[in-house]
Amino acid sequence: MSVLIFIDHSDGHLKKASFEVASFGATLAKQMNTKANALVLGNVFDDLTQLGNYGINKIYQIQSDNFNHVDVKMFTSLIVQVVKQVDASVVLFSHSQTGKALAPGVAVKLNAGLVTGVCDLPKTNEGFIVKKTVFSGKAFAWVSVTSPIKVLTLNPNSFSVQIINENASVEPITVPIPNASVQVAATNKVTGEVPLSEADIVVSGGRGLKGPENWGIIEDLAHALHAATACSRPVADAHWRPHHEHVGQTGVQIAPNLYIAIGISGAIQHLAGVNRSKTIVVINKDPEAPFFKAADYGIVGDAFEVVPKLTAAIKEMQSK
Amino acid sequence: MKILVCISKTPDTTAKIAFKNNNTQFEDAGVQWIINPYDEWYALVKAIELKEKDPSIVLHLITVGGADCDAIIRKALALGGDEAFRVDVESDDSYVIASQIAAFANKGNYDLIFTGKETIDYNGSAIGGMIAALLDLPYLSLSTQFEWNGTEAKVTREIEGGEEVDLVRLPAVISCQKGMAEQRIPNMRGIMAARTKPLKVITPIAVNALTHIVTYELPPAKAGVKLVPADDVAGLVKLLHEEAKVI
Ligand SMILES: Cc1cc2nc3c(=O)[nH]c(=O)nc-3n(C[C@H](O)[C@H](O)[C@H](O)COP(=O)(O)OP(=O)(O)OC[C@H]3O[C@@H](n4cnc5c(N)ncnc54)[C@H](O)[C@@H]3O)c2cc1C
Ligand SMILES: Nc1ncnc2c1ncn2[C@@H]1O[C@H](COP(=O)(O)O)[C@@H](O)[C@H]1O
Repeated sequence: MSVLIFIDHSDGHLKKASFEVASFGATLAKQMNTKANALVLGNVFDDLTQLGNYGINKIYQIQSDNFNHVDVKMFTSLIVQVVKQVDASVVLFSHSQTGKALAPGVAVKLNAGLVTGVCDLPKTNEGFIVKKTVFSGKAFAWVSVTSPIKVLTLNPNSFSVQIINENASVEPITVPIPNASVQVAATNKVTGEVPLSEADIVVSGGRGLKGPENWGIIEDLAHALHAATACSRPVADAHWRPHHEHVGQTGVQIAPNLYIAIGISGAIQHLAGVNRSKTIVVINKDPEAPFFKAADYGIVGDAFEVVPKLTAAIKEMQSK
Repeated sequence: MKILVCISKTPDTTAKIAFKNNNTQFEDAGVQWIINPYDEWYALVKAIELKEKDPSIVLHLITVGGADCDAIIRKALALGGDEAFRVDVESDDSYVIASQIAAFANKGNYDLIFTGKETIDYNGSAIGGMIAALLDLPYLSLSTQFEWNGTEAKVTREIEGGEEVDLVRLPAVISCQKGMAEQRIPNMRGIMAARTKPLKVITPIAVNALTHIVTYELPPAKAGVKLVPADDVAGLVKLLHEEAKVI
């Protein structure tokens, strides 16, 4: 019995979400009186033993140049074999594109109950009961997992990393490697941007900005805060901004520390994707905009006047 | 070619989220039900587009649920599709639902199984990947584009930090999201035709649930907004720095 954490990496570097899920797994393992181990598929440039800071005990790594792309069928088979070999009873992923692709198949192959979008530590004193977000963040469900093995995916930004110093060691592990199930023809990675789901701060614009040519004020503010940018659905539909920035019930669901909504009315479908943000700031010229009801702080005013001043004030604070 | 599209029913996006029976059940009184947007806008419309190009394609719809799903599946048939199937069982466990669909699909020799990216109520993002694993098929998650040339499919999908274009031989399971197709409105002819299209009720296979929902919980109410005058942005910065401690 142990906790096995799938560690995702991108272009050879560990991801913030991987540290979160490592820390979550280590805390859960402690709670269950067992050890947390990690699984890394592929080659990584970063020092893997730093995962020890997050409470990881052993890091099982299978190195291969064939693992540059996440081939769902191949990866599922590899993960399942490792779980069996190391006798893990809880398998953790981040609720990221990779985790969403892999966790369901891994669960099926292990005959394990699956809970995705987990947002808190499971209750393990009686059974195994996990809290997950439902209704796009408008509510939570506590789900009881009754199978011997459990597979969970953890929402990004929902667990604060805890430093538990373990001496982690990297151990190679061998399992038969199956063939790829798809052939990758191309990859396009967005570089240099803060990924939306992992961002601590998100600056988001809506139809109130009138047109794509006005996004400079959003980008300047985002830049000053090292924030990711997002938008409402009509903005993406009108191709003012790329689709992957669309947040809400039918877009990306996020939970940053700070969400700044500019010129967004706060329709229920928009709120569904952002209302788990820790702090919400709304800038809207209409005092009746529904977003103010969901906000912690607000400014009633014209975005074109307020936002540049806000950016300047933030830079001034940072320079002090 | 045979395509199976998985259709689920969800509360309307504006539905009030509340719970009953000691927070163990969703309060459905007065709730409007819709086809899960990802299933309707992307999975179903993409399949219809493929059939419009190649009328020999057989397009089946499947839903797992009780008789209250019939209105939803008829609405889906009004958009397109030849025949619908409802596996007559209700469950809140993804494994049970995926097993029913996989068992049905296994007998039907489908070349393509389309699902939505996720249901907007349960937010599982699970059924597609589970069906693929149950049937040992390739799984293309979070797909935004699909092209078929007669021998191979070209699928663009969202991955960590970008997108990937994959070439895959069918059969395969594809989960669909924005980009795949554009939302359509059913027309009168479609609605009339849907009335006479077959909707078959299928007896479920026996599967044990591996999870079940114990209770629901609503997030704590917000304390209320603190308004800062528009000419005092410095005041807002101070609050964010000192009170909220987020910058
Ligand atoms: C099934 C379904 C799913 C949906 N899913 C989503 C989703 O996932 N995400 C999403 O965002 N929407 C979604 N929507 C759409 C949603 O209902 C709203 O239409 C949308 O969120 C509105 O976008 P907006 O706030 O940018 O635009 P508007 O509603 O037009 O609001 C613009 C706001 O800008 C303010 N404004 C105007 N000028 C200025 C100025 N100079 N300075 C400051 N403020 C200004 C206005 O007061 C107004 O409040 C969905 C709808 C449906 C039916
Ligand atoms: N009860 C169901 N019947 C048929 N298809 C379903 C059902 N539930 C989910 N699906 C399909 O699986 C997708 C993902 O659902 P989920 O894993 O629950 O988020 C949905 O978009 C549907 O296409």
